[in-house]
Amino acid sequence: MSAKWIFFAALAFTSPALAQGYAGLGDDAGGFERVVPGKPLVFPQDFGAHPKFRTEWWYVTANLTDETGASYGVQWTLFRQASAPGEERQGWANQNVWMGHAAVTSASEHLFAETFARGGVGQAGVTAQPFRAWIDDWNFSAQDNAPPDSGLSRVKLSASGENFRYAFDLVADGPLVRQGDNGFSLKSDDGRASYYFSQPFYKIAGVLTLRGKEIKLSGRAWMDREWSTQYLAASQKGWDWFSLHFSGGEKLMLFRMRDTSGRDFRSGTWISADGATQKLDRDDIALTPLEQTPVAGRSVPTRWRLQVKSRGLDVETAPLNAASFMATSFPYWEGPIAFHGSQQGKGYLEMTGY
Amino acid sequence: MTDAATRDDARKPAQVEAPLLRVSRLNKSYPTPQGPVAVLKGVDLTLARGESVALMGESGSGKSTLLHLVGGLDQADDGEIVIDGVDVTWLSDTGRAALRRETLAVVFQQFNLIPSLNLQANVAFQARLAGRFDPAWTDELIHRLKLQDLLERYPEQLSGGQQQRAAIGRALAVRPRLLLADEPTGNLDEATADDFMALALDVVAATGCAFLMVTHSERLAARLQRQVRLSAGQVRLSAGVINQP
Amino acid sequence: MKQIFWTFVTLLSHWRRRPGNFFALFVGLAIATALWSGVQALNAQARKSYDRAASVFSGGGAQSLVPTSGATIPQELFVKLRLAGWKVSPALEATVLVRGTPFQLIGVEPLTLPRGGQLGGLVDGGDFSAFFAPPGQVIAPPEVLRDLGAKDGDRIALDTGKSLPPLRSSAQAPPGLLTVDIGVAQTLLGRPGQMSRLILRQPPDNDAPSLASVVGNALRLLPAGEEEADLKRLTESFHLNLTAFGLLAFLVGLFIVHAAFGLAFEQRLGMVRTLRAVGVSTRALAAALFGEVALLALVAGGFGVAAGFWLASALLPNVAASLDALYGARVAGGLTLDPTWLLSGLGIALVGALVAAAGGLAKALRLPILAAAQPFAWRQAQQVFMRRRAWLALLAFGAAFAAYLWGDSLYTGFAALAGLLFGAALLLPVLLSAALRLGESFSSAPLVNWFWADSRQQLPGLALALTALLLAFATNVGVGGMVEGFRQTFAHWLDERLAAEVYYEAAGAPEARRIEAWLATRPEVLAVLPSARTSVRLSGWPTEIFGMTPHETFRAHFPMIDQAPDAWEALQRGDGALISEQLARRLKLGLGSSLDLPTASGIWRVKVGGVFPDYGNPRGQARIDIDALTRHWPDAPRVSYGLRVAPQETPRLIAAMQAEFGEKIVRIADQAAIKKISTRIFEHTFAVTTALNTLTLVVSAIALLASLTTLGDTRLAQVAPVWASGVSRRRLAQLEFLRVLALTAATAVLAVPLGLGLSWCLVAVVNVQAFGWRLPFEIFPWQWAEILALALLTAAIASIAPILRFVRTTPAQLARIFANER
Repeated sequence: MSAKWIFFAALAFTSPALAQGYAGLGDDAGGFERVVPGKPLVFPQDFGAHPKFRTEWWYVTANLTDETGASYGVQWTLFRQASAPGEERQGWANQNVWMGHAAVTSASEHLFAETFARGGVGQAGVTAQPFRAWIDDWNFSAQDNAPPDSGLSRVKLSASGENFRYAFDLVADGPLVRQGDNGFSLKSDDGRASYYFSQPFYKIAGVLTLRGKEIKLSGRAWMDREWSTQYLAASQKGWDWFSLHFSGGEKLMLFRMRDTSGRDFRSGTWISADGATQKLDRDDIALTPLEQTPVAGRSVPTRWRLQVKSRGLDVETAPLNAASFMATSFPYWEGPIAFHGSQQGKGYLEMTGY
Repeated sequence: MTDAATRDDARKPAQVEAPLLRVSRLNKSYPTPQGPVAVLKGVDLTLARGESVALMGESGSGKSTLLHLVGGLDQADDGEIVIDGVDVTWLSDTGRAALRRETLAVVFQQFNLIPSLNLQANVAFQARLAGRFDPAWTDELIHRLKLQDLLERYPEQLSGGQQQRAAIGRALAVRPRLLLADEPTGNLDEATADDFMALALDVVAATGCAFLMVTHSERLAARLQRQVRLSAGQVRLSAGVINQP
Repeated sequence: MKQIFWTFVTLLSHWRRRPGNFFALFVGLAIATALWSGVQALNAQARKSYDRAASVFSGGGAQSLVPTSGATIPQELFVKLRLAGWKVSPALEATVLVRGTPFQLIGVEPLTLPRGGQLGGLVDGGDFSAFFAPPGQVIAPPEVLRDLGAKDGDRIALDTGKSLPPLRSSAQAPPGLLTVDIGVAQTLLGRPGQMSRLILRQPPDNDAPSLASVVGNALRLLPAGEEEADLKRLTESFHLNLTAFGLLAFLVGLFIVHAAFGLAFEQRLGMVRTLRAVGVSTRALAAALFGEVALLALVAGGFGVAAGFWLASALLPNVAASLDALYGARVAGGLTLDPTWLLSGLGIALVGALVAAAGGLAKALRLPILAAAQPFAWRQAQQVFMRRRAWLALLAFGAAFAAYLWGDSLYTGFAALAGLLFGAALLLPVLLSAALRLGESFSSAPLVNWFWADSRQQLPGLALALTALLLAFATNVGVGGMVEGFRQTFAHWLDERLAAEVYYEAAGAPEARRIEAWLATRPEVLAVLPSARTSVRLSGWPTEIFGMTPHETFRAHFPMIDQAPDAWEALQRGDGALISEQLARRLKLGLGSSLDLPTASGIWRVKVGGVFPDYGNPRGQARIDIDALTRHWPDAPRVSYGLRVAPQETPRLIAAMQAEFGEKIVRIADQAAIKKISTRIFEHTFAVTTALNTLTLVVSAIALLASLTTLGDTRLAQVAPVWASGVSRRRLAQLEFLRVLALTAATAVLAVPLGLGLSWCLVAVVNVQAFGWRLPFEIFPWQWAEILALALLTAAIASIAPILRFVRTTPAQLARIFANER
């Protein structure tokens, strides 16, 4: 999961409808479709865009190592945000705005890039089959030689920014995973939610060109797909989100929505190596910041203790690079982590609202 | 030249009883296509303080030229003009302008009022220029010259006699030590001329300045203390009885 | 100081007594300053706009990609480049009119816009959705809102009838511009899917695909500074023309000022003598006189600058429309009061006044105190200069002729013009005087004889006003002839040049092919004539290569200046070219010359087979066969077409095409519409010329009025003896009236040959140098009749007031004047 788009929305689209929703005046979806429980996800259609919902994203994070064993992290994100509901309008009048973020993290560096596009003219978009998500020359799409019905299982990923460029091939060795209740992912006690599925089983390999130097990398990648109309409650100021690859092949997704009332909303999914899921409830999860790091003029918790009681999980996380800050138009912290304790492995941490 | 300096210069010679005006061996000629023509040939003339003298002579005798030279309107070729002990013969343009402005005043045959100023402004004009404008004195002059009902009129709205009275008012408003007049009644009829002379002599006397007037008229000349006759550029005859130095 | 003050006050008192004289001086100087500074303001505004246009897109180090040919490109190229990794942002620029005032409108795409430039400010912290979600927003700086007379949230209607989105005032908005979303701009301007440039944030990485591999040669990277340089080069002659007219008007105005000052000094000779006699030193007099000139210059100049500002504002729409249509140079916005301009306006007024007053000042300062006051000595002295004037006039004519013979630039063209006018101005009094003397020698009746003699005596006083009239009349004859000649030539040329009945442009090459196929099925379409174009530089000069079909239509109608017998055959073979007159003159090419055209694959040599007139095109043009063009420039889009259709079928065909293809046709118009647009462009251009011309005439009329008014007083003294000798006032008034009419009419008659000379100079020298094309020299005698009638009317009006004053003078007053001033 990820949701810097909320800031994006708050800053860029302070439309009256959104402002009302933000002020907590009821469940005004402003004419967009609402996220309701019990609606099954449909593939491959749900790989593509959902313009009837206000917002959505395609999100890939990868934990990689080079031939010497040095660790790297890679991020590729495409957001869609609609300024008005209704049928998609043609050309420049199209109500969608697309935003791409790309980042590369090593122990010593964190490079990122950001790009925007208007819908309706072809500069950015997503098609479901064959799958293709793009903005400018950044791509997350089915491999050229993949069968048409391969969906998201064989894809390629590329992006570039100042001083970096990458191109990877990704192959899924496990099934898609529906988060929450069969894809319905609750975010607050008053019923705000999203549709949410992931592909946490990617094997990834390819080349990163960093400051002109080509580096061969391979590792594990995780893709999130999420769409929603009302996401944050008025009292929720940000969140902390973890995706973990256990060395034994299991996966874990955890998040916490920080609430000004002090009663945080916590949730998660335990994913076994074969893709079977167990939903984790609020009281089953404990997320404890251990160490703050000053970055970009603010203080961000970069070491955490994570506990899942029902699974006996108790680990401490450490960032690959504590300065993995995305100083984009809507800034947040996002970077690769490693963890040790009852289990060990690698993953990604995202923190917003600090 | 500042006012104070002028007054200083005026006071010192007064103690030694020097004449107000002393013209010695004055020569002046004008260039003509036929060669230079001598107008004044060694003229001598003296005026005491407060004395009134008529300068007479036929046309071309040089009397106007003499008046112009004394008045700082023109430059002599040779000789000496001393006014109030100061040699003014070779003053610069600026010096002569100051002399005309502050020490003496001239009344012309053509009145030479400033057409775009009304009578009151004309009378005050030279005094203002000289920085000596005295409203009370100007007012008195205007009354003595019987101009009080014409103050707002412009020169073109005045008769010749009225214009000439305004001109003498302008001249005396500055309290000159020497008043020069160049045929002031030349453009006036006889009755007006007589009236004018009576008034003029009255105010000249009230001012106490010396008075040198060029005139053709024996009758008017006789009203002055002394008569000097010029002929062919030289003083031929000087007649008169009172205050002869 | 006291001396200077009272002298100054006394000098000024003159004007209160002579309001007519003051009026002439004031109006002359104010109008001269107004015309001069008005033209300067127009030029400055235009230059500012050029710089601004360029800097809007080049801020923050950004560069621009512009269409290689044509004004716009389809936005698919933008998407192609983005997907290839080029960080470009689309823009569409145009001038829009709001209540006749031009404003520069740009459509931008805020999300891709480079930060840091002038436009970048829009992006930072902006409310994007309001900007591009319907109805959108117009972001403009506060001064533009002020010029529009609008406030935040207002919706302004364009003169096309379309409404702008609501206005939003922003201090960060690019200066002088109306900024809208690109989509809004496309709709407002009727250019769906089109853009006029791509802004490039930074050159792409080395490993990004090359520009040519993505878009062919449809786009080119604009070298830094080229845009400003091109605009300035193309518009230079236009501005020089404006400046020349401004200067002419200024000089006419100075004539008036000179005349008014001259009279004022003359009338005050007595006063100056008196001032000197009562003790004003030369230095004080000089200070007061200069102070007076300076004060008058500042007061009249101040009014003049204000009037100039107003004048420039009034002319700006036409100037802007001309510049946009002729050069694609966008001049926009309300004029702003620039302190530098204000000061230079006052400065020119001061310098002008000092120059005009120099003679009088010198005279007054050198004036001997004792010379007998003779008000007319000066004028009589001027008559002594008649012979000298004649010689000077000959010298000026000689210089003009020399400049024509040996000069080869716009400046020498204007020098020839100036020499001609200056010589004529010098010669006029001499000619009039000779004519009057002739009249005098032929008359024996005493009153008639007096009439001639007296007119001659009057002449010096009226000479300056008559000279101003001469110049104004001549300019009217000359410019009027040129404009009318051009109008006729142009109308005829358009008729021939626009031989096809329908013109359209397809959105792209595939669309063009489909439309062509569809047209082939329509029986009413007699011929489909495709064209294509591309741009090259020949000797650094922007030149268009135009591919055309050597169809019978063109062979029969296409207007030519000169052509080889096999011109069309050579064109069809692909080795011949027709070149525009501008290109022929600029590159000194003639029939049979070789012309080297730079293509992507090397130099291609063609032979010049014909030269055609290409009025109004600032660029050069070479026309070749369309297939030859496509061979050498494969990327030149073949999207422009002309259609031969039976005229009565035209509206139906256009409607059918629009219904069938919609937005696939970017533009479509019939012959009449295009003619209307073209004609309007030239009307705009000449509207400015005509306005300045008319103002010059008005100035001269005022000069005449002023001269007659100021002469009125002295006239009485001159006329009184004649009255005393037994001529009635009524008869004398008639003679006065007749005199002014006769002198003015004589001036107008003399203005005709001068005007023809001027006209010839304009069409054969100045126009060729300024624009590169020559107009046929034609004469329009009915225009002369108009000028003559205008002259007589001017004279009649100008002489009414002084004559009425004369008639109202009572016999008693005349008697007094007679008695006193004899």
